[in-house]
Amino acid sequence: MKFRIYRYNPDVDQKPYMQDYELNDVESGMMLLGALLKIKDTIDETLSFRRSCGEGVCGSDSMNINGINGLACITAVAGLKQPVEIRPLPGLPVIRDLIVDMEQFYQNYRDVKPYLVVDDPMPEAELAQTPEQRDKLDGLYECILCACCSTQCPSFWWNPDKYLGPAALLQASRFIEDSRDQATEERLAALEGPFKLFRCHTIMNCVQVCPKGLNPTLAINNIKKKMVKRSL
Amino acid sequence: MPDIPRRQFDSLIIGAGGGGLRAALQLSNADASVAVVSKVFPTRSHTVAAQGGMNAALANVLPDNWHWHMFDTVKGSDYLGDQDAIEYMCRAAPKAVYELEHYGVPFSRMDNGSIYQRPFGGQSQDFGGDQAARTCAAADRTGHAILHSLYQQNIRAKTHFFDEYFAVDLLKDQQGNILGALVFNIHNGEPVVIEAKTTLLATGGAGQIFRTTTNALINTGDGMSMALRAGVPLQDMEFFQFHPTGIAGRGMLITEGARGEGGYLINADGERLMERYAPKAKDLASRDVVSRAIATEVREGRGCGPNKDHVMLKLDHLGEDVIQKRLPGIRQTCITFIGIDPAKAPVPIFPTAHYTMGGIPTNRDGQVVVPVKETPEEPVPGLYAAGECACVSVHGANRLGGNSLLDIVVFGRAAANHIIDYLSENRYHRRLDSDSLEPALQRMQRWDKRANGDGESVSVLRDELKAVMENHCSVFRNEDVLTAGVAKVEALVERFKDARINDDSAVFNTARVEALELENLFGVALATIHSAQARKESRGAHSRIDYTERDDKNWMRHSLYSLEVGVDYKPVRTKPISVDSFPPKARVY
Repeated sequence: MKFRIYRYNPDVDQKPYMQDYELNDVESGMMLLGALLKIKDTIDETLSFRRSCGEGVCGSDSMNINGINGLACITAVAGLKQPVEIRPLPGLPVIRDLIVDMEQFYQNYRDVKPYLVVDDPMPEAELAQTPEQRDKLDGLYECILCACCSTQCPSFWWNPDKYLGPAALLQASRFIEDSRDQATEERLAALEGPFKLFRCHTIMNCVQVCPKGLNPTLAINNIKKKMVKRSL
Repeated sequence: MPDIPRRQFDSLIIGAGGGGLRAALQLSNADASVAVVSKVFPTRSHTVAAQGGMNAALANVLPDNWHWHMFDTVKGSDYLGDQDAIEYMCRAAPKAVYELEHYGVPFSRMDNGSIYQRPFGGQSQDFGGDQAARTCAAADRTGHAILHSLYQQNIRAKTHFFDEYFAVDLLKDQQGNILGALVFNIHNGEPVVIEAKTTLLATGGAGQIFRTTTNALINTGDGMSMALRAGVPLQDMEFFQFHPTGIAGRGMLITEGARGEGGYLINADGERLMERYAPKAKDLASRDVVSRAIATEVREGRGCGPNKDHVMLKLDHLGEDVIQKRLPGIRQTCITFIGIDPAKAPVPIFPTAHYTMGGIPTNRDGQVVVPVKETPEEPVPGLYAAGECACVSVHGANRLGGNSLLDIVVFGRAAANHIIDYLSENRYHRRLDSDSLEPALQRMQRWDKRANGDGESVSVLRDELKAVMENHCSVFRNEDVLTAGVAKVEALVERFKDARINDDSAVFNTARVEALELENLFGVALATIHSAQARKESRGAHSRIDYTERDDKNWMRHSLYSLEVGVDYKPVRTKPISVDSFPPKARVY
């Protein structure tokens, strides 16, 4: 099986280049991460990428696979067009090979104050929440911060420091929708202005690539509705 | 003193999983300055993969009591757990869950708005009576929900994170005080000395010593091996948990919650096999019991598939609604990795390396303790450990499902509280000399220069180690196999001295990280297989076919493995804090 992989090490390379690799024994059911590990272990130790859980829950091995962002560990190699072209996530600075600098992405995440705010005194036991209220968090809390969505979003590419991007906005929605949270007003107010939220042009790349099957566009639209209601 | 940048904090935490983050939050909230060093961004830590839930006697679904939880945990530990620590954990559990809920963890809910709890293995009401429902769950993504909420709260608390920094070794002075650690920034290879009045190891487990494992690639026992090199023995390392339901041949975890929700195991004859091994608890017996049952079925020829090498987990009778509501994550995992929808067909499973019961010995305040002359447990000043890398020991010879998420938050918090006291009595940093810095630097710099090519590669040695551990230190063990295994691991350690890497870049050098990780895996593997060979009895997860019985007279004691003296022992703390001790009894489920 043939692979064409983006290489760049600022220590030695003037500019990035694509390198070809070939694996002869690709087992059935092999995931792309397995193939990359095999290349690293048996052909080229210098090939660099992040990885951890290997089962799609930690969000480490996000990359651009044949033009589409995804997690290597849950992408089967069997269905991929050859040579499989693998690049780092677009729109973020490359540190080395498939490893990007995620700081801007994390900064945007921190900007939405992604933590539960409760002003009232805490009860001795749990804060009550009905199953219906809890259901509203489904599709929001499962985000693994892999950045596949934000780095496939043209609005984020043009204004990564002004537009928060789908991942951060999904988190904003996760707390706006949480019946226990008491900072809804502040959260909505913080998203005012032309950029932070409203640069979403409903291109929906985020929905297409999310490896967890989440729908950031829907979350963003729900926030927009709440903001309209608030301004009336 | 080498010219290396230095940073000073009150407290250093190594590891940013649930244990490290819970401790960091407690310390930040107490206005201590905290540095959290993690080789991965915090939400990539392995806590994220925990599925089924966290035990606490909330009694939201069925009657419950912390004392029943304590009994189950002592029995589950096969009487090797320390009963003071177990009492402490079980009593603290409800408050620990409520705190997490207040931090924002999106637990699943009951109709009355309280936290949903599911039945898990080894749980009983009234000291061995009917099945209990003690495991607080956020669908089957409880670890993800807890880890993200704890990280989020640390953002609020402005904890100082060193993301993608690798900890090389602990630094200590002549008197044995731990003064921080040498770390390096993976992004640019630059070393940094982090000086701290206290250091907490929260580096997680070491499942990567085995070939087939539910563990993440990062679970390489770094903190355990750092402790070993600092002269701290590792405790009870022969007790490694094999989870009954890893996906056969692949290793992905299928939560015990799948059986808690009503799933069960069948063999090639379609028989519910657990009825023979645990007539009462059946599929919700302790993990060691279920794993042995599956391995026995396969050994006796009743395995499924063309090679008769696994059994089946049946879930389809639960209905698609229950599976989608309660087990959405494992459903997706099965579809992705083996193309089977558990709502439609049974899932092939086999026991898979899962959890390191042993680790760095601590007391219930999280202080690392070592034998000094006649005292079996003397605290090492300034050094703490919590979570899977530690051995308090609340899990003894076999951990109950749902007790590991509990362990990390309870003892992360307890360690932080002790650290706060320690800081109030130790207001200034002690002087750091270069004695312990030199070997740490050498260990790191060994991989800087391109080697000449006569040694073997890191990946070849790592693959061999994992195969040796799987073949020689698995579910069933005996003297001959273990003795051969010890020799093989020691031979690999020798060969590692000439190992090489072919990457000398300073920028995000993952080959160097993997080399340092392999060195850590060797420390853990040595401790595990030596301790296993030395223990001539069967207890919990340590099953010897040549010593099939538990032997309380000779072996109800903790193993301690150190590089200096090999295997030694210390007594179990059988006295709880406030209640009567649970004396050892035959374990029947």
